[in-house]
Amino acid sequence: MADISEAPHTERYIFRGGEKACAEADMAFGMNLPREACHAKVTGERAALWLGPDEWLLLGNGFNVQLTALPYSQVDVSHRQIGIQLKGNHAADMLNIGCPLDLDDAIFTTGMCTRTVFGKAEIILWRQDVQTFHIEVWRSFGDYVRGLLAIAQKEYM
Amino acid sequence: MLLIKCPYCGERSELEFSYGGQAHIVRPLIPSDITDEALTEYLYHRDNIKGVQAERWRHLHGCGRFFNAVRDTTTDHFQATYKIGEAQPASGAKSDG
Repeated sequence: MADISEAPHTERYIFRGGEKACAEADMAFGMNLPREACHAKVTGERAALWLGPDEWLLLGNGFNVQLTALPYSQVDVSHRQIGIQLKGNHAADMLNIGCPLDLDDAIFTTGMCTRTVFGKAEIILWRQDVQTFHIEVWRSFGDYVRGLLAIAQKEYM
Repeated sequence: MLLIKCPYCGERSELEFSYGGQAHIVRPLIPSDITDEALTEYLYHRDNIKGVQAERWRHLHGCGRFFNAVRDTTTDHFQATYKIGEAQPASGAKSDG
């Protein structure tokens, strides 16, 4: 059975921009934003998660830099959402109690991430390892998601 | 569960999508230059076809992008999905359900 724990606090940004802004962002952030759909990229303590063709979630410090390639937008959402870590046996099964994705590790492979639903809440799901998932959820939905995961946990005691 | 193929993310559950109305409606360049009837047509009149129609859908709880889909409204079968700006793929009037 997988453990549910709070992920360490980190700065979070939603970055949106076209080709030009992304090229400059790659330089400014010191890491390339992932261009492949539904994939995350980790560099040291920082991570960039692909959310849409022009949208990324940036986790970690050092992203707060100004670009000149307009238009782009970078919104600080550090306090909008919380991170939940799910680690251990049956982590995927526990998520599938409320998430319709195929979480087989050959389909949703390590390093993939996406926005999806978990029960009635919208979450960002990121597979860090075969049995480790990072969930980002708006903080007002935090108790609901943790509660639903706790119910799922009982299935696999 | 019905799967819908997002042109960006691939096949996903219908739970993640929202309907966006009829597709390929062109906004008049200068709305004040057209007649009231034409503006009414643009604003309010929709086809509501029984059968195959082109629709806008949004991958709301996914990449968040709008895209177009060809769907049979009698069987709920999605014949094709394609990105905004691309031409509607040719399709038979009959769906294989």
